[in-house]
Amino acid sequence: MLMTSETAARPAAARASAPAAPRLTLNAISKSFPGVRALHEVSLSLYPGQVTALIGENGAGKSTLVKILTGIYQPDGGQIVIDGTSTTLPSAHAAFERGITAIHQETVLFDELSVAENIYLGHAPRSKLGLIDWGTMRKEARATLEAMGASHIDPNARLKDLGIANKHLVAVARAMSIDAQIVIMDEPTAALSYKEIEDLFVLVELLKEDGKAVLFISHKFDEIYRIADRFTVFRDGEMVGEGLIADTSQDEIVKMMVGRSVDHIFPAHEAKIGAPLLEVSGLSHPTEFEDISFTLRQGEILGFYGLVGAGRSEVMQALFGITRPSGGTIRLGGETLAPRSPADAIDAGIVYVPEERGKQGVVLGLPIFQNVSLPSLKRTSKSGFLRMAEEFAVSRTYTGRLDLRAASLSQDVGTLSGGNQQKVVIAKWLATSPKVIILDEPTKGIDIGSKAAVHAFMGELVSQGLSVIMVSSELPEILGMSDRVVVMREGRMVAVHDNKGLSAETLVRDAAGIGEHVA
Amino acid sequence: MKVLARYRELWLLAAILVVIVLVSTRSSTFASPQSLANVFNDTSILIMLALGQMVVILTRSIDLSMASNLALCGMVVALINAAFPEVPVPVLLLTAAALGTALGALNGILVWKLDIPPIVVTLGTLTIFRGMIFVLAGGSWVNAHQMTDAFKALPRTDMLGISLLSWFAIVVVILFYLLMTRTPLGRAFYATGINPTAATYAGVNVGRTRFLAFCVAGLIAGLSGYLWVARYAVAYVDVAGGFELSIIAACVIGGVSIAGGIGTVPGAVLGALFLGVVNNALPVINISPFWQMAISGTAILLAVVFNARSEAKRGRIILKKAEAA
Repeated sequence: MLMTSETAARPAAARASAPAAPRLTLNAISKSFPGVRALHEVSLSLYPGQVTALIGENGAGKSTLVKILTGIYQPDGGQIVIDGTSTTLPSAHAAFERGITAIHQETVLFDELSVAENIYLGHAPRSKLGLIDWGTMRKEARATLEAMGASHIDPNARLKDLGIANKHLVAVARAMSIDAQIVIMDEPTAALSYKEIEDLFVLVELLKEDGKAVLFISHKFDEIYRIADRFTVFRDGEMVGEGLIADTSQDEIVKMMVGRSVDHIFPAHEAKIGAPLLEVSGLSHPTEFEDISFTLRQGEILGFYGLVGAGRSEVMQALFGITRPSGGTIRLGGETLAPRSPADAIDAGIVYVPEERGKQGVVLGLPIFQNVSLPSLKRTSKSGFLRMAEEFAVSRTYTGRLDLRAASLSQDVGTLSGGNQQKVVIAKWLATSPKVIILDEPTKGIDIGSKAAVHAFMGELVSQGLSVIMVSSELPEILGMSDRVVVMREGRMVAVHDNKGLSAETLVRDAAGIGEHVA
Repeated sequence: MKVLARYRELWLLAAILVVIVLVSTRSSTFASPQSLANVFNDTSILIMLALGQMVVILTRSIDLSMASNLALCGMVVALINAAFPEVPVPVLLLTAAALGTALGALNGILVWKLDIPPIVVTLGTLTIFRGMIFVLAGGSWVNAHQMTDAFKALPRTDMLGISLLSWFAIVVVILFYLLMTRTPLGRAFYATGINPTAATYAGVNVGRTRFLAFCVAGLIAGLSGYLWVARYAVAYVDVAGGFELSIIAACVIGGVSIAGGIGTVPGAVLGALFLGVVNNALPVINISPFWQMAISGTAILLAVVFNARSEAKRGRIILKKAEAA
């Protein structure tokens, strides 16, 4: 019943050239959030029995699209057509009833329930009394799993005892059991090992055989070329290209992904790059990253590029004392540094502006000035007592330099916009007079105006002799701001580039692991 | 509702005054200064314990063992006093405080280093501390006649018209106010409770902060242990049995959020005073103790409803701003 040989996968292209009517079509879908245009009149078609790959950088609008398809977001405009009929998906339940199901990177199922319950949650077979018919449910769950070639999964096992790959299988079984016609796989391989990925592909083939329309989201080109029949490329919330995988080279797709109009001028920063300040060599972690070596010089902006999950933030957290590396050395200004806590790193002069601003950056509920003074309390207090006047003075100085827009420094930081919150986080660190400031996705999810302010301020920082490490998944930001760029992939450093004549294509190739180009 | 939430301490104060006024219409002496001083004296220990508990709850923890800690420390100093009457009372006071701090530190270490949920840790130590009292005292009581006069006299000693016990409470309230509003540690308690992750990233040692909160609660429990046993002139296994719930109730009524991060010294003090006034007032107007329990319980529920509403309001403000941004 399985047709999974290599030969079976390829003739898909032949089928694709004379496609049946699309199962699902999106016409001119738009979606905006305050200050951000997530999707602008994008179109997408999914065909029965075919896998369509959705490709795009971070922030291109893929996640927003998935949320629209699963009924979590409502589009501002445009049309959703399923099997030729225009429809709406007002809720997750409506999407489910329409036969749309999604398998996420980290499966959203119920750890404490059994496999059978997870498969049949919401549509469990009922007995005559209206109670759940456990016997039938287990029997059918077992049959479904067997049909998928996953008979090794016990329907009675609790989900939490399963590995991530098997959880994906359960999610697929759930899709089969509700007879979903449209299956969205949102980076399903991100947390899987090589062998597990192979097993997953067998399943995708099975879904194709079954006539399901599959939307496959992945950053990995080898996977896309292996499994997909068609592709659609998003860039900055717009659809910029689509076609048949068989007719298109990887280079052409990369060009579509990155070729953009210049919508944001980056400030030129004139900093004298000095002596090496931070020297990291052979830094390793048992599970997150391996053999990371780089040098950050005084007055330099060092960009860290890579796909989400490449281990960049994890390296930064080790530098900041949040995680403990298993090997390697960190030297700051010639002295060995082994931070055991963020307090150690801050004392040494390394500070970190984390990616998750709301969760890690600001203490929502505390006023602005208390957020700014939090790491500097030792300096602003005297003989063990806080001096509010001093805290206000420090906050005023640094938020002023960042052009923070707030009615009062006593207002709750939660009442500020994302961009202004980010300024509070940066002000907080400047108040500690750091030597190295690490910015992790510093402009993620903030408006254009604040973005420009943050970029301008980075230039100002390095001109004052600070050194900056900027982790970013946004190519224009990396290319526009960095003096040099480190590229990471799957926990390893794959390249260090001088940012002179560096092309976006080179970085994307390095990050995605396309070919082995000669530098 | 927003204004109500901002001045919630004032509303609680108003509620206390209303109870006092209502009761004094039935019993003319209740509102006299001497009678009110007695109520405060009666509530002093609860006030101190509520402040200790508040610090723990602020850091997203809870200390169920405070009353057992109190009883164990009280029993230990009572036994010492009975066996060695020559040991001066201030030394006993310090002993109780030190022992209480050590027991609190034990809770804190288990929460910090072994990462066990606070409710589980202190549920365990609640039982252990009670058991220790039985083991130490062999199940027997230390009665008034076994205690020295100095031991019993200290909390009752009159100073400027009110008892030394009341002065203890007043000093503790002032110290806590300074601790919470004027020291880096106080700030760390709030930051840890509101957002432990962001606090960690800002260089606050969240585990250590929690540990210190348990130490503070233990210190207060130990101190209260001596005061309790000396005031009532008796020590036995069940001293302050079930009192941990009154302590938590005082915090909740005072606006301390069980989810952590929210709570003030005036709030916790007023929460304790409210319970104290209700408990002292109802017998005066011949209401049965069972009604007292029902009234305390209703007050807790009202306080929680009130808190939930004022917190929901906060969420809505954030959304509105996000929309405008």
